[in-house]
Amino acid sequence: MSAATTLNWTAATQTADRFESREATREAPWVKWTILGVSLTFFAVFLLMPLVAVFVEALRKGWDTYWSALIHEDALWAIKLTLIAAAISVPLNLVFGVCAAWAIAKFEFRGKHLLITLIDLPFSVSPVIAGLIYVLIFGAQGWLGPWLAEHDVRIIFAVPGIVLATVFVTFPFVARELIPLMQAQGREEEEAAIVLGANGWQTFWYVTLPNIKWGLLYGVILCNARAMGEFGAVSVVSGHIRGQTNTLPLHVEILYNEYQFAAAFAVASLLALLALVTLAIKTWVEHHAGSATPSREPRQDAAS
Amino acid sequence: MAAAQTFRVLPGFRLTLGYTLAYLSLIVLLPLATVFLKTASLSAAEFWNVISAPRVVASYKLSFGVSLAAAAINAVFGLMLAWSLVRYGFPGKRFVDALIDLPFALPTAVAGIALTALYAKNGWIGQYLDPLGIQVAFKPLGVLVALVFIGLPFVVRTVQPILEDLDTELEDAAASLGAGRWQIFRHVILPVLLPALLTGFALAFARAVGEYGSVIFIAGNIPMVSEITPLMIITKLEQYDYAGATAIAVVMLVLSFLLLLLINGLQAWTARRTGRDR
Repeated sequence: MSAATTLNWTAATQTADRFESREATREAPWVKWTILGVSLTFFAVFLLMPLVAVFVEALRKGWDTYWSALIHEDALWAIKLTLIAAAISVPLNLVFGVCAAWAIAKFEFRGKHLLITLIDLPFSVSPVIAGLIYVLIFGAQGWLGPWLAEHDVRIIFAVPGIVLATVFVTFPFVARELIPLMQAQGREEEEAAIVLGANGWQTFWYVTLPNIKWGLLYGVILCNARAMGEFGAVSVVSGHIRGQTNTLPLHVEILYNEYQFAAAFAVASLLALLALVTLAIKTWVEHHAGSATPSREPRQDAAS
Repeated sequence: MAAAQTFRVLPGFRLTLGYTLAYLSLIVLLPLATVFLKTASLSAAEFWNVISAPRVVASYKLSFGVSLAAAAINAVFGLMLAWSLVRYGFPGKRFVDALIDLPFALPTAVAGIALTALYAKNGWIGQYLDPLGIQVAFKPLGVLVALVFIGLPFVVRTVQPILEDLDTELEDAAASLGAGRWQIFRHVILPVLLPALLTGFALAFARAVGEYGSVIFIAGNIPMVSEITPLMIITKLEQYDYAGATAIAVVMLVLSFLLLLLINGLQAWTARRTGRDR
């Protein structure tokens, strides 16, 4: 599912003036204001209001209730577990993403297009199925279930299952960001470094990495947001044991189903803050990547 | 470039490709293969009974029907939003542009409870709809609202870059030949946008069919009325009916693969139509 989540290098530099200043590319004022009015109303109702509702509902019973929901020991444990899941899955998928992009962008081999499609696969699989597959392998009735029970290893309804499900759903984020970026940059700079006597690691560290840092950061940010916010896949493998296998999104669900709405929204507001921070960093990265675009262009020409 | 292909100057090909294939197989391919292996434990008749049970069929109708409707709504309003963001200047534009991606960043469970709070009978929006006889939360309409939320950025973000790159000379030429604004949109702009718009539609649809977190809170999950297909998998799992859960998962996976092929084809079409390489 590309395009929609990949970094758009040109967006930051565009202005509407070039369309609005000329007769041929301009609509009548009433058309313009109708389109603007309808689309911004749609935006406000479907995107803005849910976001505002989270914070309003969280503070409905006052700051004391809000604060006590956040420092409850189950909430603190959920925060810890969410951070653990992200701290394992994001670096794993970061290393994978860099390796995959290096192999795909710097070399020619058969089956490359198939490989790119397969890397994107986790995005088109329902999160519920992402959880199911690990239950089928590691669950009590699963392929490895009896063996794991014998050796007293718990994966499903325990932290390892949560980490595995998180790794699956965040699998493509970094790779799909880096592959088109590194393909566009070609391999001439790296080849020059090697010819001049740098080893592979030095080439990557001093030549490739500075070129891909914004794309890398972008992928990591989105990967992290999904890792901390995943609900469906984690819900299947977690078993919902309070204070043990509850991540933040699962804790929100438990509180909500117990009709502790203010507490549920208080915990949800933490995740909403995470989303806002993610969007802020994402916008910042797009701005920087956009201003770096002119220096990228000659290289693209040279590589093609 | 030919030399680089025969004598690989850069190091690390075997290492990185080997690691990529091993990690991909271990995390994604082998686990997904178990779904198909597990279904093989069912006979064809058993498999058919599971996937054609009335409650499951009702869930397909809801999931696919509402996902199509949500993707269609997003195609219309997403196009208008992308148009506004590219062609018009208005205060707060950067803010709107940044928040378009909110559904990607906001955890689905949070979206689910927030939408339920808005559309419940006493909610901010629900209290005005209820006197009109329109109930959203805990009805199929609630599922639609959640899926519209989830799918919106897919359409906006696939159409927006194509609109930005659009060559204005074509519009100038059409205008100088006497075409009206609507004719220009219909015959000059829309044909260029169409592949991207369809891609965005397909992406929003694919995401909506598999969506779980944002839907289950607002759907009410009434059997035969507002149960989505992913929920049927969860229900089977909670009854320890692994084979049944897997059979439904196979139906969904096959559909996802078909959609993936369709989306790849649409993206190739977009690239040909607009001359962009991504």
